[in-house]
Amino acid sequence: MRPMRPNQIIGLTLIALVLSAAVIGTFWTPFDPLRIDLRNKLAAPGLPNLLGTDEFGRDILSRLMAAAGTSTSISLITVSFAVCGGVTLGMIAGYARGAVDRAIMMVNDAMLSFPSMLLALALLSITGANKYGIILALGLAYTPAMVRVVRGAVLSLREREFIEASRIMGNSAAYTMLRHLLPNCLAPVIVLATTMFGSVLLTESALSFLGLGVPPPAPTWGNMLASARPHMSAAPWLGIFPGLCIALTLLGINLFGDAIRDRLDPRMRGL
Amino acid sequence: MLRFALTRLLSTIPTLLLVSIAVFGLIRLIPGDPASLIMGDLADTAALEAARQAMGLDRPVPVQFLIWLGKALTGDLGNSIASNEPVLDLVLRRFATSAWMVLIAVAIATLIAVPLGMLAARRQNGALDLGIIAMSTLLVSIPTFWLGLMILLTFGLKLGWLPVIGYVAITSDTKAGLIYLIMPVLTLVLHEVGIIVRMARASTLDVLRLDYVTHARAKGLSEAAIMTKHVARNAFGPTWTLIGLILGNLLGGVAVVETVFTMPGLGRLIVDAIYARDYPVIQGCLLFVAVIYMVVNLIVDLLYPIFDPRVTAQ
Repeated sequence: MRPMRPNQIIGLTLIALVLSAAVIGTFWTPFDPLRIDLRNKLAAPGLPNLLGTDEFGRDILSRLMAAAGTSTSISLITVSFAVCGGVTLGMIAGYARGAVDRAIMMVNDAMLSFPSMLLALALLSITGANKYGIILALGLAYTPAMVRVVRGAVLSLREREFIEASRIMGNSAAYTMLRHLLPNCLAPVIVLATTMFGSVLLTESALSFLGLGVPPPAPTWGNMLASARPHMSAAPWLGIFPGLCIALTLLGINLFGDAIRDRLDPRMRGL
Repeated sequence: MLRFALTRLLSTIPTLLLVSIAVFGLIRLIPGDPASLIMGDLADTAALEAARQAMGLDRPVPVQFLIWLGKALTGDLGNSIASNEPVLDLVLRRFATSAWMVLIAVAIATLIAVPLGMLAARRQNGALDLGIIAMSTLLVSIPTFWLGLMILLTFGLKLGWLPVIGYVAITSDTKAGLIYLIMPVLTLVLHEVGIIVRMARASTLDVLRLDYVTHARAKGLSEAAIMTKHVARNAFGPTWTLIGLILGNLLGGVAVVETVFTMPGLGRLIVDAIYARDYPVIQGCLLFVAVIYMVVNLIVDLLYPIFDPRVTAQ
């Protein structure tokens, strides 16, 4: 193992911070993130509300911590969805070739011909704007990119001798795919999944910001920013902290993603 | 060249067909009567019955699709439930707003980012390079809607230099239009610079490793001549493709930036239509954006040989 570079350390630290805030926020927050206290609304950062309160007197820090749990869990489930779907379809398309491949890739390319944000919006208009709708819409929107990467990897792998050997030994296609193809195309999958996590988190926040995400009063960073808009001049901290959380999380993921790519994908090293 | 253009043009047809099937299917996937989805909840029975006839709901689904596709091809995307305006007019008007903002922003971002990326590659691992990478990673990590809010807070609310709310079309009043465009464009530029710099740097590094660059150096050419005459053109290809993708992406949905700066753009139209369950508008927008996305990528591909004449050979 090479020693960690400063940017990797910063990336890992940021991710660790966000994840621990998410885990702690799920079980414990300084105040109840949903408790309304109108006598104490729009309080500036200080004591007892370290980061101030919002227009309903709810504690910002508590809401940020609860939102960290919501955002990271939605992103994790969505990425897992895209990885499972993408790996399955990509391996089948790349391994089977022929008509199956063409059918899968035709639908896939059509989906890729939409910007992913827009695809998510289109799917959201069917699934409805709630937690499960978002996971389904984002998961479907992000699957095609994964399919493409896995298929590309499988296409070159399937011509290699060890795959041929597995086939000659009489192994079933499913066994060959799971035992031999899957482990060998994990590197690009992990690289893509890392960047995808950041992208999903950003899209989820953007959807929440647009009012099409997890419905209030449940806090997400995006809907906290959206409700901060009318109060920006009186209480700028309402708008500053949630955005800072999103930015720091994304920064962590981007730095971490670069580090992962350097390690797993030697061709990209140093670029 | 013409052959390349034609094959490329024809290759978009199957995708367009699939996209239109998907957009058509959208309405069928939502529970309820498609006619009442299209006409809205307030339409009377006679109007609904007329709509059912016109959409061919009493006939097989493929026939319904052909009816719909035929209308869409002639520019009839139906009327908005909310405003009763023809969807195509609405989409085109909103698109003009988004397009001005996006085109200006991407042009500025390219002019800033490509030289910066090349400069960083030229001094790989030097202080300048690390600085540029750090800056671009930071810019990429800041969500545009937050960046926009912070710009609004700084220049609009605290300093009071620029108008916070409202919008004037650049076509009706150039000066006022430009003033309203400053903050959204600045937001987009900062974000896109971050993305484009990374790509420009990476592709320049790829080219700098090649033998012909070493040869040019051995010939005694100045570094400036090598960068501008030999490296720039070869390194710009991948960046150009990325710019096309960014352009297509942005033209279809800068909903968040439009929301922050209350601009009546296409992205905002889609979001509002989803709120209001205005299905004809949702369908029209999706179809339009898919076409725009494809047209932009087509133009990018067709212009590619200007930078890289080798491409047409394939």
